[in-house]
Amino acid sequence: MGHGNPFASLFGKSPFKAVQQHMRVVTQCAELVPGIFEALVAGNDSKIKEIKVQIDDLEHQADTIKDGMRTHLHKSMFMPVDRRDLLELLNYQDNIADMAEKIAGLLAERRMEMPVGMGAPVVALAKRCIDACLQAGKIIEQLDELVETGFGGRQSELVMGMVEDLSKIETETNAMVADLLRSLFLHEDEIKPVSVILWYQMIHWINELADNAEKVGDRLRLLTAR
Amino acid sequence: MEIIAQYGTIFTSMALIFAFYACWAIGANDVANAMGPPVGSGSLSIRNAVIIAAIFEFAGAFIAGGEVTSTIRDGMIDTESLINRPELLMFGMTAALLATAIWLHVATSQGWPVSTTHTIVGAIVGFAIVGIGPDVVKWNKMGTIVASWFISPLLGGTIAFIITMSIRKFILETDNPYASAKARGPYYIFLVGFIVALVTFFKGLKHLKINLTDAETFGMAVVVGIICAIVGKIMIDRQNVSDADNKEFHYANAEKVFIPMMVFTAAAMCFAHGSNDVANGIGPLAAVLDVVSSQGQIHSKSPLPLWVLFLGGIAIVIGLATYGTKVIATIGTKITELTPSRAFSSTLAAATVVVLASKTGLPVSTTHIAVGAVMGVGLARGIGALDLRVIGKIVLSWFITVPVGAVGAAAIFFLLKGMFA
Repeated sequence: MGHGNPFASLFGKSPFKAVQQHMRVVTQCAELVPGIFEALVAGNDSKIKEIKVQIDDLEHQADTIKDGMRTHLHKSMFMPVDRRDLLELLNYQDNIADMAEKIAGLLAERRMEMPVGMGAPVVALAKRCIDACLQAGKIIEQLDELVETGFGGRQSELVMGMVEDLSKIETETNAMVADLLRSLFLHEDEIKPVSVILWYQMIHWINELADNAEKVGDRLRLLTAR
Repeated sequence: MEIIAQYGTIFTSMALIFAFYACWAIGANDVANAMGPPVGSGSLSIRNAVIIAAIFEFAGAFIAGGEVTSTIRDGMIDTESLINRPELLMFGMTAALLATAIWLHVATSQGWPVSTTHTIVGAIVGFAIVGIGPDVVKWNKMGTIVASWFISPLLGGTIAFIITMSIRKFILETDNPYASAKARGPYYIFLVGFIVALVTFFKGLKHLKINLTDAETFGMAVVVGIICAIVGKIMIDRQNVSDADNKEFHYANAEKVFIPMMVFTAAAMCFAHGSNDVANGIGPLAAVLDVVSSQGQIHSKSPLPLWVLFLGGIAIVIGLATYGTKVIATIGTKITELTPSRAFSSTLAAATVVVLASKTGLPVSTTHIAVGAVMGVGLARGIGALDLRVIGKIVLSWFITVPVGAVGAAAIFFLLKGMFA
């Protein structure tokens, strides 16, 4: 008896807990990225491989949470937010982990020669992009408070402020990317053409971490605005 | 008339047993809706939950259960037209009880979300239409009852929505939610006692021969409200809070204030539940007792024997003690999403609607109203995820339960008629 109680079966698992859990794994994963560039600068190949394995593992964990949530969020779940917005939010979070995996994958598989003078700025860019991810993580940690206040009031104002800070970080990273590309093209004749192309790609991938973090913030702003 | 003289005792015993079973099942299953949230959040131990539930279920049944019992007993079918064939009423009501008991047993063992109220109403109408004729059914009253099944969850949802919004505005969205909760909590608790008392005592209680003027009712409700508020304030002050708890979740301490507040709404819900659902079992029993004790003289205005209400209350408490504890524990763990403030909103709304229905003499489903109230909190964007499929299941269960009750009761009616008449 009791299984048939409609009162109890009314309650689904809160998707917000899962979103938070997912984001925690994603930020853990992203936080490893600067280390892999530091290892590259130091020429420590085994360290690169080691970090790559950790990143792959965390990315896989994030995927598992995401898939579990997707199957749970069937269409008849009534939520305080739009189901599509929530799934998009989850996608952007997931992109961060995917991007970290891509970066680690390329660095582990190919011996990437470091153009002169680019080591420190690349690490700096990666660190700043991770700041963006961490800020997005902090914003996502506000989700349960937002649910408590029905996505309105001063709690949403607080989140709006945090999202603005995130945007500022992302703008900074864009400037860093522009500088890095300039110095890459300045030294383009000193390294293999393929390396130039790949570094061009790599710099954009790093920036994608911050890009997706910003999109996470924007989605959350959308959720509260409704 | 000889039939009644000859078999009266048998029918009285049967009606007693099945009425007892129905009340037992009500106590075993439905009380969990009220007590699940406080137990699930750890604010009440199962033992204390059962003690509080027992007291308030019984009080609800005894103090406020009279109106709905009258409706079930003789409000839906015209018993006056059966003056010449009183044994039909005896067969019919016994059949309705038996059909309800069987269906409840089958449905709960299968885990189907059925409502006792819908079953018994279907059963009584079923035997009346098939066994006696469609004319004996008071269709106006039936229309009102069926309409109330739709309206009551909607009303519960609306009230829950309003309470949720008010708590948000006056407590959660202030500079210091904890301080606001502490300061304003007692007013909300006042509201719980005030509303329940006001509705219950409005225009007095016929079966207890308590007559009250409007002013007296209002005064009593205020007194009850104030007593609740004072007790509540003491309980709130006892809650331990620390700033560290607010680090993880800003509203942790404000929610703690709602923990004792939730105990009041849970008690109110038990009272409401007792007042409405006890009738499902003892309404038909009262009708049978009436026919047998008066030796076939049907007089619809005969007073409800108090010991019948008493018996119903006891049966609910036994159901609660023997099986309800398990159901409360199961449900308590399933509804952790219902935080104290949300549980307070939804339960207060549900209790209000149910006592209102009890006072009006309308048999409603407390579970469906509780579901409606939770939906109201959800509409205020307060709950992570609500599974709307449940609503489909509830509606489906209406379409199945009412006919099953009707057909079952009609079949048993003819069986009894064939055996005894």
